[in-house]
Amino acid sequence: MIESQTPDVIQAEHIVKSFGAVKALRDINMHLRKGEVLGLVGDNGAGKSTLIKILTGFVQPDDGKIFVNGQEVKLRSVTHARSLGIETVYQDLALVNELTVYHNMFLKREILLRPTPLLNNRAMREQAREHLQKIGINIQSVDTEVSKLSGGQRQAIAIARAVYSDARILLLDEPLAAMGAKEGSLILDLIRKLKAAGEVSMIMIAHNYAQVLEICDRVNLLQHGTITFDKKRTETSLEELSEMVMREYRIGATGS
Amino acid sequence: MAKNVLPSAAAQKTEPEKARGARGFLSNLAGILLRRREASIIVVAIILVVYFQASNQNFLTQNNIRTLSQFAAATAIIAAGEVMLLICGEIDLSAGMVFAFAPFIMFFSYQAGLPIWVAIIFGLLASAVVGLFNGLVTVLLKVPSFITTLGTLFLLTGLTLTISQGFPVLAPNVGAFNQVFGNSPYSEIIWAIAIVIVMQVVLSFTKWGLHTVATGSNLLGASETGVNVNRVKIGNFMLCSVFGGFAGILEGFRITSIDPLAGGTNIMFFAVAGAVIGGTSLMGGLGTIVGAFLGVLVLSILQDGFTLLGVSAFTFYIILGAAILIAMILNVRLQLLREAGRQ
Repeated sequence: MIESQTPDVIQAEHIVKSFGAVKALRDINMHLRKGEVLGLVGDNGAGKSTLIKILTGFVQPDDGKIFVNGQEVKLRSVTHARSLGIETVYQDLALVNELTVYHNMFLKREILLRPTPLLNNRAMREQAREHLQKIGINIQSVDTEVSKLSGGQRQAIAIARAVYSDARILLLDEPLAAMGAKEGSLILDLIRKLKAAGEVSMIMIAHNYAQVLEICDRVNLLQHGTITFDKKRTETSLEELSEMVMREYRIGATGS
Repeated sequence: MAKNVLPSAAAQKTEPEKARGARGFLSNLAGILLRRREASIIVVAIILVVYFQASNQNFLTQNNIRTLSQFAAATAIIAAGEVMLLICGEIDLSAGMVFAFAPFIMFFSYQAGLPIWVAIIFGLLASAVVGLFNGLVTVLLKVPSFITTLGTLFLLTGLTLTISQGFPVLAPNVGAFNQVFGNSPYSEIIWAIAIVIVMQVVLSFTKWGLHTVATGSNLLGASETGVNVNRVKIGNFMLCSVFGGFAGILEGFRITSIDPLAGGTNIMFFAVAGAVIGGTSLMGGLGTIVGAFLGVLVLSILQDGFTLLGVSAFTFYIILGAAILIAMILNVRLQLLREAGRQ
């Protein structure tokens, strides 16, 4: 169980972000404790993906502060965030269909045959194979083009890529979207295993509240660019979560 | 169903391959043709060579092979650059104009008293600047590269005509240097082959190549992974321009004359057509330099063969156009077959 004394690995204060006239994030205050799995829920357009993109350095906030392991940082780029141990699995998975599994796993952190500028394909192939086996992902061959994999396999590869090379903080943008029950449970198992290993803290965006309550230690609800709800799993329920979201609709409905 | 574990899956993969090798050549030829697009282009090239040689004994003479190689070389060099750009999802219509522009920069630098090699570097640098301009306008100002380079195409034509006042000049004559840079009979094709090999290695075995494929195949995904897609695109624009300029410089030395009207859209479209025939997708993410080289070779064989057969210049283009279309339709059909075969 994650105790309140456990240090924060990520802390965000008063994050604001607009895209033109659209205020995607108004005033975000949130934190992620070490070893914790935080569920981030909310409607489409509530700003979940934007928040993830800010925490991973892909988008820069207009205002606000971000602390990683207690240190204030300005996340300049994905590479910068990655150097701090933050890895992201995007909704679109960011996989390159035309490349093999192992090239995808090593994209942007290729192993080279030093001192030449050539790729060390053998080393990448071996390490990809070992790593996938270690975290229990079964695919036919790491030489397979990613376009030939199923949705669940692609998701697993994307997660495997993210946790490779000592990721400490893992951001998962809807890892269970568009996935059958069987494939979804494979991914949930993978997340559970990573959690049990205890080395990574995770923020997971999801739509399915039952799955969120099943796997997350704490739940944050994002509505209209702010976090309106922050409770431990043990202190909330499926009913309460649904009620929170429904209330928003009811207010909208009676107002019109 | 039991899932395969990795080592056994790898073993399964090698065994049928060995068996196939033992079963002999003809039985798996069709398979190779379906898998490797380059192989089908080689077959087309061989068929064309056989046909033209049968129709005209002069086809496989040393003289004609030299002509053929010289015709193919410059286009193949440009095609190498175009493939890199096409793979990362862009195109350069101005490469044929850099072809005319760069030799003049070299010429004027040489006239100003610089050593010839410095003059060549200046010519290539000027080409790189054109590529940088194309890249910056496309990437930063978000103008589609088709339009950006269409603009550069006219801009450069005007610029070259202006600085040359519309007249061709004699290429600098510096003896052995001319021989190496295009004047000796096979120097141009040797350069072309060297560039094709180096660029194929760059594409298949370096980070730059991997990032180029990633950029063209999944632009958002590549940038989310941290690939600097803008740098990849701008770099490939510069590469393509430099190859255009280099081909122009070689051609200038070869024909000992630098013509403001050399190259143009014709050579650029031949290069793009060669690339596409050789398996490069106009949608990005897919293509090989070797394939483009073979594609250019097929086009060159067609043009040269038709000329030898005495096909009139008017009908030549009709046949060439039809040949390109047929080759492309066949290629697309083969691609569909290939994809169906994989599932």
